[in-house]
Amino acid sequence: MTRYLSLYFTRIGFSVATAVLGAVFALPLIWFVFAPFNPRAELGLAVPDPFSLANFETVFQNAFALRGLWNSLIQSVGGVVLVGAGATLASYALSRSPIRGKNVVTYILLLFSSVVSGSAAMVPIFLIVNGMGLIDTHIAVILVFAGGLLPTAMFILRDFIDGIPKSYEESAMVAGASPVQAFFDVALPVIRPGVVVVVVWAFVNIWGSFLIPFILLRSSEKMPASVAIYSFYSEAGTPIVTLLAAYSLLYSLPVIVLYLFVSWKFGFRFFGGIKA
Amino acid sequence: MRQFSLLSRTAGAAFMTPAGVLIGAFVIAPFFWVIYVSFTNRTLLGRTALNPEFVGLGNYFSLFDAASFFTRGEFGFSLILTVQFVLFSALAGQAVLGMLLAWMLQSVPKSLKRLTEMVVIAAWILPEVVIAFAWFAFLDYDDGTLNMIMDALGLPRGDWLLSFPFWVIVVFNTWRGTAFSMMLFNSAFSSIPPSYFQAADVAGATSWQKFRDIGLPLIRGHVVTDLILITMWTFNVFTPFLLTAGGPSFRTEILSIYTYRVAFRDFEFGKGAAVGVIIMLINLVFALFYLWVTRRRAARVAA
Repeated sequence: MTRYLSLYFTRIGFSVATAVLGAVFALPLIWFVFAPFNPRAELGLAVPDPFSLANFETVFQNAFALRGLWNSLIQSVGGVVLVGAGATLASYALSRSPIRGKNVVTYILLLFSSVVSGSAAMVPIFLIVNGMGLIDTHIAVILVFAGGLLPTAMFILRDFIDGIPKSYEESAMVAGASPVQAFFDVALPVIRPGVVVVVVWAFVNIWGSFLIPFILLRSSEKMPASVAIYSFYSEAGTPIVTLLAAYSLLYSLPVIVLYLFVSWKFGFRFFGGIKA
Repeated sequence: MRQFSLLSRTAGAAFMTPAGVLIGAFVIAPFFWVIYVSFTNRTLLGRTALNPEFVGLGNYFSLFDAASFFTRGEFGFSLILTVQFVLFSALAGQAVLGMLLAWMLQSVPKSLKRLTEMVVIAAWILPEVVIAFAWFAFLDYDDGTLNMIMDALGLPRGDWLLSFPFWVIVVFNTWRGTAFSMMLFNSAFSSIPPSYFQAADVAGATSWQKFRDIGLPLIRGHVVTDLILITMWTFNVFTPFLLTAGGPSFRTEILSIYTYRVAFRDFEFGKGAAVGVIIMLINLVFALFYLWVTRRRAARVAA
């Protein structure tokens, strides 16, 4: 009897402690939940009265803010296309071709990509991009992210492709398909879920990034939303809190939506394993 | 018989080319380029921008100059600060808090579990700039939520970013990153057969005993993985820059921010590259250790 009682009290104690910890974790975000809908928002916590979308209207009238979201989209989509296409082709080759030392290649690439972090490589990346004459261009940000994210993307996808039986493509080739046909018409549709995972992962990474666009871009017309938000609140003077709060929420929306999509589609574990 | 393969060697090579070029140009080339630049006095502007001179180990000597090594705003100070940052925010913060949460979440009602996970994960997935701005508001002296709470509790207000900048970024990074450890330990705990814990319950074990004697030993491998990964990430993280920009007076200038300042504010690329090389060496040690651990584990599973 006491045993069950003590189990019961442990459960209650843990529930209370968890609730308290969860509440503490929520504190820094509570302001951010209300402020976008409060036309009189300041840095203080206040429940909007009444709830209003006026702040979002302000964002949509601000050319610089909209431009930032558009730039984020260009850079993320550009990067994602390169990562998705490059990783699919390369990991298919790593999985299916008779090239020797494939495992070693995969591991060495992974090692490089974890050693060459943004903070270690910001100087040479800047110099290389500068040498190519690409400073202050979208393509610079796109290429740098594609290169940086590809090794991990290839690693994930290769794992995925290795799990697919070769007999699919083999039977296509017995029926007379060329290897390239077998790839595009037979393998690709089967690999697609893996590609979706990689693409979502790459998109979230590029969309949320700050350092790389911050050092590679100069002009305000090319800045993604992350750099725009930073310049909004870090520059001298009082930030326009109403605009910033709504803008930050709009900017976060794709990440939230993709997260919900992924956890609905693939379960909880995906984001746990492979955030860079 | 020749082994049948789906993709010829040529086709395979062609398939790997696009990724190979991109990785070569933006991962492998920077790795070697940074080493080269660290031996020069390359600057952003002026004469040495176009014609950098070879200075040998000069940049490294200036980083490790004993006279100024521990001075605020110098390399040694930044390195020690980074080590403390990793110890407090990753190991003592994220790992311990993540472990605590994961363990408690095993035995709380499902709805509470969902809700807590949602909040902790939100801190992790939202873009870093948004998070930094939310904290900027949270810590504001006049109106911030934190000082509002201090008022309500009858405690003195604090000008957190000025008085305790280092502890602010420690707490900030703990808050930001706990989700990863929590999720990793969570899935590790739920892979343990429930019968182990039921048997312990029958024997009258307390939760602490179950944790110490069953939970922790069985997920030891995951703990090692977690500690290496969060150490590497925290060591390289740039996010505190968004909250403090390294200040006030260099007190939050961890190595990533130091590199940025030396290279892009003081325009000393050679010296910035030398710091980059040291960061890469430290990363390499952790990465090799990680590979060694995972390979040893794979070998043990196979055996």
